[in-house]
Amino acid sequence: MQFKEKSKMADAKDLNRTLNRLAHEILEKNKGSENLAVIGIRTRGEFLAKRIADKIREIEKKDIPVGVLDVVMYRDDFRVKHKLPAVEVTDIPFDIDEKILILVDDVVYTGRTVRAALDALIDFGRASKIQLACLVDRGHREMPIKADYVGKNFPTADDEEIRVKVTEIDDEDAILLVQRIEE
Amino acid sequence: MNLSIKHLIGLEGVPREDLDIIFDTSFSFREVLERPVKKVPTLKGKTIVNLFFENSTRTKMSFDLAEKRLSADSISFAASSSSLSKGETFKDTIKNIHAMKIDAVVMRHPTPGSAKLLSQFVDAVIINAGDGTHEHPTQAILDMMSIKEKFGDFKGLKVSIIGDILHSRVALSNIYGLKTMGAELMVCGPPTFMPKGIEHLGVRVTHNIMEALEWSDVINVLRIQMERQGKSLIPSLKEYREVFGITREKLEKIHKNLTIMHPGPINRGVEIDSEIADSEHSIILHQVLNGVASRMAILYLLVGGLK
Repeated sequence: MQFKEKSKMADAKDLNRTLNRLAHEILEKNKGSENLAVIGIRTRGEFLAKRIADKIREIEKKDIPVGVLDVVMYRDDFRVKHKLPAVEVTDIPFDIDEKILILVDDVVYTGRTVRAALDALIDFGRASKIQLACLVDRGHREMPIKADYVGKNFPTADDEEIRVKVTEIDDEDAILLVQRIEE
Repeated sequence: MNLSIKHLIGLEGVPREDLDIIFDTSFSFREVLERPVKKVPTLKGKTIVNLFFENSTRTKMSFDLAEKRLSADSISFAASSSSLSKGETFKDTIKNIHAMKIDAVVMRHPTPGSAKLLSQFVDAVIINAGDGTHEHPTQAILDMMSIKEKFGDFKGLKVSIIGDILHSRVALSNIYGLKTMGAELMVCGPPTFMPKGIEHLGVRVTHNIMEALEWSDVINVLRIQMERQGKSLIPSLKEYREVFGITREKLEKIHKNLTIMHPGPINRGVEIDSEIADSEHSIILHQVLNGVASRMAILYLLVGGLK
């Protein structure tokens, strides 16, 4: 499938401001960083989670644990995809029992990734709360899942997708709207 | 991410790209084995048959565990309890399995080539868990994963396989796999244990244990297979230990630390002494853990996804 860039919805500065706001909202809702931990969903969610944790540290002057979750093993769309997704390493180096977990993903779309992530997290222990933060909500949910913290709402058309780029692995920080090209 | 192979019959001809994918995926699955809940729903709804026409404890347990950890449904046949003891032929067994509409078969069989034969007649993924003296690919993959875990890379790494090379499917699979990954290989054992023409596989051959120990970074010590022909090809177990057994006396002479591997089960005091098998340089128990992780990876890569 080929895509072309349609428009840049956010540049590096916008993205940073949005993450700042998300960090503040998370702290406001949870009344500080007590018991808080951040878990990013691979791939882009990992880097966004680390940035949010950094911002929380700057504001509260306290470290919070950060984990990375790969949900491929829990996905329900193996049977419909032609290409087997690569399984990457999950790394949650702390006990999640009694923690308030902030699950971070770049884009929330059908809700199936979040569903898989919740299943995975439940296998790690019993968190006291799990809240969802996403940079972009692009609509089209197929499951009853709603983010607690939303960076941007970008409703998309059927042939459009949202691409989040982060400098850790991409050439820039940006949110792009791309359109599928018919071949 | 898809492998180029559809079955795992042997490592002969399996490309490096496939092995790299299998290793990466294996390390991802190993993390699951460290979790409080060591089970993922990845192969839910898939059915796997474990067909063991030959005794096996750890390979069978390892596959069983890998299947359970992936939430696959699995059933096991053991030769002693199956209809084979009632005289059913291999062909009939195959036909019956075929009719059962399963997704994968893990098979161990005393006849070389049996896994390949099965793959030609059954519409399911075939994973060879040892076919006679031919190949035992999952053992070699877990061996290589354990080497990769310790050394990071295979390039230029010197690995010796010591013991009964002639009857060892572990040796053959390791040779194919390690050559593909760029390691250098030596085989060492008494002439009666050395297959003719083994050097054509691109391995060094020696009958001198000290030469092998001095040359190597890693030694993979094979079991003397008491239940096979092995025993009649050496004068006595005691003499074998004297000449080829891995003992402290021999290792002290080489002034370097070798990494010690063994596919198990160990004949302590024959091919390797207890104190060496249990020493800090032994990665034998890593091999066991990596066995479950790599079998999970292989099952995921071959059985997961679209049918």
